[in-house]
Amino acid sequence: MTHALRQGATEPLGAGQSRPMTGNEAIARGVWEAGARVAAAYPGTPSTEILESLAAYPAADIHAQWSTNEKTAMDVAIGASFAGTRAFTAMKHVGMNVAADALMSFSYIGVNGGLVVAVCDDPGIHSSQNEQDSRIYARFAHVPVLEPSDGQEALEFTRTAFDLSEEYDCPVFVRSTTRLSHTRSAVTLGARQTPAARVFEDNPRKNVMIPAHARMRHGHVLAREARLREALSDSPLNRVEPGDARVGIITSGIPYTYVKECLPDVSVLKLGVTWPLPDRLIREFCAGVERVIVVEELEPLIEDALKAMGIACEGKAFFPREGEFSPEIVHDGLAKAGLMPARVHAAPFEFAPMVRPPVLCAGCPHVACFMALGAIDARVAGDIGCYTLAVVEPLKSMDTCVSMGSSIANAVGMAKAGTETRPIVATIGDSTFLHSGIPPLIDAIYNDADITVFILDNHITAMTGGQDHPGTGRTLRGDPAPRVDFFALVKALGVRWVQKVDSYDTASMQRQLREAVAHKGVSVVISDRPCVLDPVRIKGPAMAVDQDSCIACQACMNLGCPAITWAEGWHEGRHKVQIDPEACIGCSLCAQLCASHSIKPADIAEQV
Amino acid sequence: MDKRNRTTNVLIVGVGGQGVIMVSKVLAQLCQEAGHDVKQSEVHGMAKRGGGVFSHVRFGPKVWSPTIPEGEVDILVALEWAEGLRWIRHLKPETGTFIADCQKIVPPFACRSRKRGAEPAYAPQTPEEIIDQVHAGYVMDATGLAANLGNARAANTVLLGALSTALDFPEAAWAQVIAATVPPKSVGINARAFTEGRAWALGGTKRIDVTASGLQKSRAEVHHPQVETVVEITADWCKGCDICVKSCPERCLRLNDQLKAELALPELCTGCQLCSWLCPDMAISVTNTPVQEAAS
Repeated sequence: MTHALRQGATEPLGAGQSRPMTGNEAIARGVWEAGARVAAAYPGTPSTEILESLAAYPAADIHAQWSTNEKTAMDVAIGASFAGTRAFTAMKHVGMNVAADALMSFSYIGVNGGLVVAVCDDPGIHSSQNEQDSRIYARFAHVPVLEPSDGQEALEFTRTAFDLSEEYDCPVFVRSTTRLSHTRSAVTLGARQTPAARVFEDNPRKNVMIPAHARMRHGHVLAREARLREALSDSPLNRVEPGDARVGIITSGIPYTYVKECLPDVSVLKLGVTWPLPDRLIREFCAGVERVIVVEELEPLIEDALKAMGIACEGKAFFPREGEFSPEIVHDGLAKAGLMPARVHAAPFEFAPMVRPPVLCAGCPHVACFMALGAIDARVAGDIGCYTLAVVEPLKSMDTCVSMGSSIANAVGMAKAGTETRPIVATIGDSTFLHSGIPPLIDAIYNDADITVFILDNHITAMTGGQDHPGTGRTLRGDPAPRVDFFALVKALGVRWVQKVDSYDTASMQRQLREAVAHKGVSVVISDRPCVLDPVRIKGPAMAVDQDSCIACQACMNLGCPAITWAEGWHEGRHKVQIDPEACIGCSLCAQLCASHSIKPADIAEQV
Repeated sequence: MDKRNRTTNVLIVGVGGQGVIMVSKVLAQLCQEAGHDVKQSEVHGMAKRGGGVFSHVRFGPKVWSPTIPEGEVDILVALEWAEGLRWIRHLKPETGTFIADCQKIVPPFACRSRKRGAEPAYAPQTPEEIIDQVHAGYVMDATGLAANLGNARAANTVLLGALSTALDFPEAAWAQVIAATVPPKSVGINARAFTEGRAWALGGTKRIDVTASGLQKSRAEVHHPQVETVVEITADWCKGCDICVKSCPERCLRLNDQLKAELALPELCTGCQLCSWLCPDMAISVTNTPVQEAAS
């Protein structure tokens, strides 16, 4: 949860002031300034903070909500647009896959109140399962995509996107990337606009996509794209920065800043809109330079379009198609193109740095769940969340992870394939289960799959930094809300074997799991302990290791707990262990594993 | 090039929860108030999970790239020793300044080896060999200084004090921004932490104080006598409950055809004795006998 959210909504800063803002905060400000009334999203790195920032604006100005998934959020925004208000939704790139169904049809329908979609890509895969390029969705859906390069543009482009949306009767993308979303730069603020009041427009031929209507709308969509293409050649969103005419660089978004860093005086066509491409402007620019180089992250969308236009250009010959760009990578590409000397960096430090992979927190309730899955030797279909970290040492007990909600249906398929001799368990977090786990659970029950579904309920959307969801009993703005009862829910769906287990009780956890996998058909185990970080940081009395009796078997190290490391002392050639009292929250899992009973609560250990 | 016309690059690194973002926010705010164009870039996501955290702060008349190119870092501020070493290649070779807390945060990943005599796989480099190779370097006990003032968590402000000696902003401006950034209750201790850090770093361009961290610990001492491990399993007492097989960290035990435990992979056995401790029937005994080295 952001600091601003904890403080509650405050009076928004006035126009004309300049503030350092992240790209995400600037997009949120743009939404507010555009006079949008409804915003919905499902959290996803790097987009999460957009809705959190919006929730810091007054509730009287804008309704901001967490939705159960990206498609639901998109549909909420579409509904608000139908009703005549400006509407907004934000998502990460893979969220667009979920929302795409609604988007594709809504592109045919067009807007009443302007509708803007912020989609945040994650080149370099900092915290995702792939690095797809969302600009291709814009091309696919025939909608414009705006690509800001810094915080100021993030605000202004978002505001402009609403105007474009209403003028051209279509949803509009604002595309960010992790780097823009999480970079702070100075942003000068504007005033909140009051868009013309609209109400629902009775027009079934536009609003109801039956085949007869959709056939007519398809033509409208293509004509709209042609009009946009022409108009964008004169739009200030796209601009030529004249320079040395021997080479012209076409670029957009964050890569533009890398180009300017490397070659400040080169001719640049900075595209603020990367679909549809402004044909006329591009042809004019390319005619005025001897050689055209395209610098774009991920897919060669611009490059391919230029080649289709018959314009000779180079791009992916010099720049990678995968991974996040950096000033170094752009420098290397420009050097390969012969535009600047190669980098020389004689760093004296040649050692390989120590590995420090992310780990589950001290006291994380997921740990015992995966210890138990290892102990019953299960084939584990995993899902998206903090618990995906269980794939690595030392827990090493997750076998697959595909996309949000995949685990349960993946398990159904494994069971139906009939090749697996181990018990099949699907693990899914509470937020992911609500996002897209319920239809596949119904599928499993309906088709009588012999699987166990392990719902890891830590009462929060943890991976993205602690967001509320329908299972937490609170809304995005912190107001109380009805709380989903997972136990009653799965019972109602028709599961006959359901048990709740305590994530801090390894013995009962293993016993319940053994019973669950022995049950023929769908069984559901729900682990029940809150995340130790959010919504409140949990800190109980720490455990301590009795250095006299520790036999250095290091069984506790198998938890991968960051509070447990090697002590100075030795036993038969191995380090004894110690517990950092600051990090330990007292979950006692290590004490339950300790064969020599050397781990006790610190206050008791002192008395002995 | 004139220093005022180019971009100054400060890279702040550490481990999640140490206050890397607080340090970079203070610096970014200070730069903006001084009229510079500023960009501050970090990556969220896995940071909370004990992984490394980094934040780029760039300022000058006009800043383009949000991230600092490799080899262009003017000042590297490390809140943790090994994280400093991870990024030290990014330091400008001729003129870069390295400021590090000697604080060690050993990750569980560094304690994975079960071999006899294994030491944590923590960065083995000593402060002396690193400082020798940089233009200016400070390895300080920031956490210790902060703890002496009453709160070890103010270590990041001690480092801000050291950082202030390498940049041209008035001391009062630093103090003002820090006071406006930290929680109201901790304004006093942060002010003292800043002053202590600044005073320490003013004592020379290369200083090391690692008394508290154990970074200079002698590695000569041998703690790992050669031992011969013998695992004896009394088959008559074993009822095949499987506890030893499931709990063996090396998975070197198994149940044989008669459902009795046996040591299947003796070469993997580390002699940890966990099986003998956990066996409910006391059917397993593990003895580790030191071996005298004949040659010496």
